[in-house]
Amino acid sequence: MNSTPLDRDGAGAGEVSVAVQDLVKRFGAFTAVDHVTFSTRKGEVFGFLGPNGSGKSTTIRILCGLLRPTSGRAVVAGFDVASDPESVRRRIGYMSQKFSLYNDLTVLENLRFYGGLYGVTGARLSQRINWALRMAGLHGREDSRTATLSGGWKQRLALGCAVLHRPPIVFLDEPTSGVDPLSRRQFWELIQQMAEEGVTVFVSTHYMDEAEYCNRLALLMRGRLIALGAPSELKLGAVQGDLMLLETDSLQRAIEAVRKLPQVRDAAVFGNALHLVVAGAADANQPIRAALAAARAHVLRLEVIRPSLEDAFVALTASAAAAEPIR
Amino acid sequence: MPYGRARRPMPDSEHAIIVSALVKDFPGVRAVDGLTFSVARGEIFGLVGPDGAGKTTTMRVLAGVMSPDSGSALIGGCDVVRDPEAVKRRISYMPQRFGLYEDLTVRENIRFYADLFGVRRRERDLRAARLLAACGMSQFQDRLAGKLSGGMKQKLGLVCALIHTPQVLLLDEPTNGVDPVSRREFWAMLYDLVGQGVTIVNSTAYLDEAERCHRVALMHRGRLLFCDQPGRLKQRLPGDVIAVVSPAASQLRDSLGRLPGVGSVLLIGDAVHLFVDDASRRIPEISRALESMRLPFDEVVQITPTIEDLFVNAVSERERAA
Repeated sequence: MNSTPLDRDGAGAGEVSVAVQDLVKRFGAFTAVDHVTFSTRKGEVFGFLGPNGSGKSTTIRILCGLLRPTSGRAVVAGFDVASDPESVRRRIGYMSQKFSLYNDLTVLENLRFYGGLYGVTGARLSQRINWALRMAGLHGREDSRTATLSGGWKQRLALGCAVLHRPPIVFLDEPTSGVDPLSRRQFWELIQQMAEEGVTVFVSTHYMDEAEYCNRLALLMRGRLIALGAPSELKLGAVQGDLMLLETDSLQRAIEAVRKLPQVRDAAVFGNALHLVVAGAADANQPIRAALAAARAHVLRLEVIRPSLEDAFVALTASAAAAEPIR
Repeated sequence: MPYGRARRPMPDSEHAIIVSALVKDFPGVRAVDGLTFSVARGEIFGLVGPDGAGKTTTMRVLAGVMSPDSGSALIGGCDVVRDPEAVKRRISYMPQRFGLYEDLTVRENIRFYADLFGVRRRERDLRAARLLAACGMSQFQDRLAGKLSGGMKQKLGLVCALIHTPQVLLLDEPTNGVDPVSRREFWAMLYDLVGQGVTIVNSTAYLDEAERCHRVALMHRGRLLFCDQPGRLKQRLPGDVIAVVSPAASQLRDSLGRLPGVGSVLLIGDAVHLFVDDASRRIPEISRALESMRLPFDEVVQITPTIEDLFVNAVSERERAA
């Protein structure tokens, strides 16, 4: 197995499962992945975030052994993606909720199909199919047509298919989109169990509620890694200053009034409330209240809140964009 | 006054949409099962629930493209079944797969929809310029729609849907597959519209999107679970939610689940969420218990429950009762 020493990138203790060093991928004049470096350890749930076109999918396709990097190195489960993509592909599972199942096939037929694809046969195949049926809660529904299953079941079946060959690394692409919250929580329980057994889980997503389930997050933008850390670290570090929640009887008058204040860096509507970014809540409190009183907007609530992961994402991408305007 | 916090009951003239006892059956499944709600003028109303909850069917009935089996829906006082033409003049409907012409440019798509809605050229150009600027797409007018990213396609769909002035805007899962930055721009456009008096019904499978609506209807299997302002919905969750942030969150889960006063336990990234009877009493107890067990943690803190917490709690209770 892999015995690469740990990079000092916050991955923490444990055996490295994916090591990416200075990875570059160019398509003609366009640099899709621009010197990306990170590593994951066994048993980690690792989130991959970024706006459309950030290089997220390209990186994942390289890690799956589907695309050769232009330069740099990626080692997945001990094998180099450039020199040994076959070995990499045998050691990974890939699941995208939308595309991975055959709706016309039964549950069992789907599992057998994926077994064949991954070269799982004989007694091991029946043992793994049994495991997948139990994991997905699909015992007794082996002969149901996949199209008739609810979203939560389909999703667990897709996961079962993706990990039938017991890969040490699994890639999930927006795995819980559109699934009801109860099934979604069950799904994440399964993912946590797999992680505890040592599987590395890569989650690529646009959805912050999926990102919250990850142990660490990598945020990509324009091909570069612009942030890497635990969700709580990113939330604390991303917003410069304090985030305040303002509830008022007149959002319209309030937003106009607070936007004129030098203490308020940003003001955004959030449903019935405003989110204000200020340098320091203590200094901003009085001027905000005074401006609102002058604008005849009554303050129902004004308090410091914790930034959400979405606040962090937006702040990090905005500061990265400001540091390097579009070419 | 769209933003009032405590909204008085209003006479019908102030309601943009009134839905009563709506039912829609498909072979083998009741997609919408006795749905009743109303939407005030200038309100952003969210239809929130998982796939299969009945959101899209409800939207289609409201848009007048599908007839209900029973019940009624009024838009601006006009019945969607008896007077669909009057309804169509008042609404703009953006279905999940909005009909963009991929081999036409951004500008050509906008012109096509403007002609369809009978918008005069001068008004069309003014409005298109303003909408494109608002969603950061002014420099892409000559790009083919087929070459746009997912987020930009959604924004172009909205621009086309808004090239005329609807009283009611119906958006079916408009932010599916859209990244958070584009999503904020999209929402900024919606808030701008309600500022101009437009009423918006927005459906989403993402419960965190509910936070941005003035009021939300949580749907599950064709029925309404709750309908209220997001802030008030969260107060309906019995008990409190505590987060324990820890570098070893997964090792803490089982020990935390055994502590008194702790109900369900959820491992979320680098935190464990605990549903407890009373946060102010349990937070010090939990900190002391973790210290005495020598389990590492960064903080124990009360957090606001999410709409998802409420949804899961309500659905589990119903299933237990059934």
